[in-house]
Amino acid sequence: MKEILQALVEIVGTEFVSDQPEERYLYSMDPGTMPAREPDFVVMPDSTEQVRQVLLLANQHKIPVVPLGAGLVLSGLSRALKGGIILDMKRMNRIIEVNEMSRYALVEAGASQGMLQAYLKKHHPRLKHSAPDAPPAATIAGNVCIHGSGHISHAHGFHSDMLNGLEVVLPTGEVTRLGSCATSDYWFSRAPLPDLAGLFLGWAGTTGVITKLAIKLYPNYRFNDVGVFVCEDARLMPDILYRMSETQMAEDLTAWMTPKPDWARGFLHSNINYGANTKEELIWKRNLIRASVSEYIDRKIAGFIPMPAAMKQPFLEVPARQLSRFADVRKGGGFEYVGVIMPVDLFAEAYELGLEIASRLSVSYSLGARIIGINHCMMFFYAYAFNRADPADVQRAQRALEATNRAAVDMGGIPWKAEAPAQKEIIRKMDPNMFALMNRIRAVLDPAGIMNPGNWEID
Amino acid sequence: MYELNYDPQICAKCKTCDCLMKCQYIDFELAEARVEKEKLLNGQDTRILQECTTCYSCEEYCPAGNHPFYQIVERQEEKGFLPVPEPITKQQLTMMEPRGTITPASVSAPVINMCYFPMLTDSIRGKLYENTSMIVGSDIFCNIMWLHFGKNSAIRERLPRMIDNIQQFYLKDSGVEEVVCYHDECYGAYTQLAPAFGIEVPFKVVHLFEYLSNKLDELSDQITPINAKVAYQRPCSNRLIPQTQHWVDDIFQKIGADRVPREYDRDNALCCGQVLRAQQRDDLADDVQKRNLDDMQQAGVAYCVFNCPVCMFTLADAVAERGIFPILMSDLCQAAVEKKAE
Repeated sequence: MKEILQALVEIVGTEFVSDQPEERYLYSMDPGTMPAREPDFVVMPDSTEQVRQVLLLANQHKIPVVPLGAGLVLSGLSRALKGGIILDMKRMNRIIEVNEMSRYALVEAGASQGMLQAYLKKHHPRLKHSAPDAPPAATIAGNVCIHGSGHISHAHGFHSDMLNGLEVVLPTGEVTRLGSCATSDYWFSRAPLPDLAGLFLGWAGTTGVITKLAIKLYPNYRFNDVGVFVCEDARLMPDILYRMSETQMAEDLTAWMTPKPDWARGFLHSNINYGANTKEELIWKRNLIRASVSEYIDRKIAGFIPMPAAMKQPFLEVPARQLSRFADVRKGGGFEYVGVIMPVDLFAEAYELGLEIASRLSVSYSLGARIIGINHCMMFFYAYAFNRADPADVQRAQRALEATNRAAVDMGGIPWKAEAPAQKEIIRKMDPNMFALMNRIRAVLDPAGIMNPGNWEID
Repeated sequence: MYELNYDPQICAKCKTCDCLMKCQYIDFELAEARVEKEKLLNGQDTRILQECTTCYSCEEYCPAGNHPFYQIVERQEEKGFLPVPEPITKQQLTMMEPRGTITPASVSAPVINMCYFPMLTDSIRGKLYENTSMIVGSDIFCNIMWLHFGKNSAIRERLPRMIDNIQQFYLKDSGVEEVVCYHDECYGAYTQLAPAFGIEVPFKVVHLFEYLSNKLDELSDQITPINAKVAYQRPCSNRLIPQTQHWVDDIFQKIGADRVPREYDRDNALCCGQVLRAQQRDDLADDVQKRNLDDMQQAGVAYCVFNCPVCMFTLADAVAERGIFPILMSDLCQAAVEKKAE
């Protein structure tokens, strides 16, 4: 081990590698419920070349490597399940290029959502990227890798749909560019080449290490507004969301159902966010959205909550800070959720499932959904807060998460950024030939099996 | 219990139908107004029930003081004509329900009743409010807002309890017999609505503007005139208590503010728009707000002065975008007094 440590020091420098218990402890967990797993080393590379050398070393000695962004995935995907190296990418956080006219940004894999947001605000105020409702420290690459979604996902799909290209280091040390950047100096698109970016999206870091990526940027509207539509019957939700999405006016469409505060209990809210460059255009969009659900309004069974401008502010924030309040509702800082990608048709069933599990297992919950694309699917989330200092509370949340994962898969949904146990639930239902293909691809890309082992595996 | 003091015979004999003919939001010819009024009296469906914006104004317009607006709300509730979608009404009822957390407290006069506006308690400061007590919270909320929701039943259920809370938890053991109502809603609830429903109010109430006017007299040597043109956004609840309108002019005169004539002021005041949005009538709200703001801008005012916090929350941003400073009457008075103090 000392030889490995010394080799790592030679690659990244003394200050950026550690095998000390403090670092190994800190890097053993994320804020979710998954049990801690200590790595043997923590390494912070500063360049693609350093990543390449680390992977060559790891491949030679068959040392597991776990790429890490901000470590905020909550489902423990960046724990070192079989020891080895945690490859913390935070030093590689440069914003390399913003192409204003072609609306894309090229960043290193450690660049955070907050950094890009601030950079664009300062240097390119006409542009924005789709930020998730995660702390600003969350990395852009991490969220793209897990098929994340954010504040423009209703209009433009998953964050992986907004990916223009990648630079990756393969487990065997080759540096490869994917997308237009493989052929051109411009990172404008994944088309028209064979789309190999998918080899690194949704794989939980088991196929290689992303070092650079380009993502699409979008118009940053001067005026923004939000409507909060409320009803009492979950069975109406698919149609309400369908009608609203049919207008194609919204950038973001989310649903939330929570027992706290008391006035919200039992009600289903749909937030529809939209923007415009003039106030007249904004009102026009509002009117189209309103007209789309007028049938429900006229029947008085649903409507938009009247909100003065100040009340709307929390709903217009990117990311939404108020979500963090629920994250600590039990105190002790424990929070995890199951985000299930599923058809919007299943909304009522998914909602009832959340209520049933929360009631049966006595957990603090918050339910919601982000509509991805114009009702093409949704990420329905079941969030459970727990007190990290209370083992019984943690266990309750774990049970709720497990039950939710299992039921969601059975319902026809697929848990997103699934924990290792939930991955097994998915594999249980997966077409065996797909799983076999995944293993064949991994065997080619990662013959030594060093990349984030323990994920996307049976036992 | 708490029967509305409404005489159908008065309405039946009424030839002028002022309650409808003066309405700013529903257009009637006199003949049609009489027909619709008859329908209302007979318990039939009428466009009055569906189109009423619940602006309270017909309470002011009725020359007989027969409470036509309360009767409209009674009928809306009886016949299930909800002005606001049901889920929103239910949410509001929960949001504003008494928490039952009130505890006895000793107060001394003058007692400022801040209703359920805890976010405005910082306004109660400085020389204008020296040696005052303040009460605030869900357990003393006047609950008059349910007039906008077709829910007289909520007023009947909650208002007597609120009155009793004020009396039992604050006034009785403190030997205080009077409260100063910060908001027109409370003053209107205790002096006009409660009697209309036969709800007893065991304490006296003073309108904030009367209190401020008197304080400004006491502090007259410390007032620095505002010397600015102002617009006043008259709230819906003042329609219940038009006799208090003169206090607005008195105060403006005392602090050197020029309430310039404009179209949508005084008897012709327009709704702030918030209730219209609750009723899902955005087009009407947009129109009403635009006319109101255009009017203020054309009048060249520097301040838009509010008494109702909801009006202020609703219009503040739009007013500010027009280069007009939104401010509560109480804060404007503070500014006049404190300027000199500085």
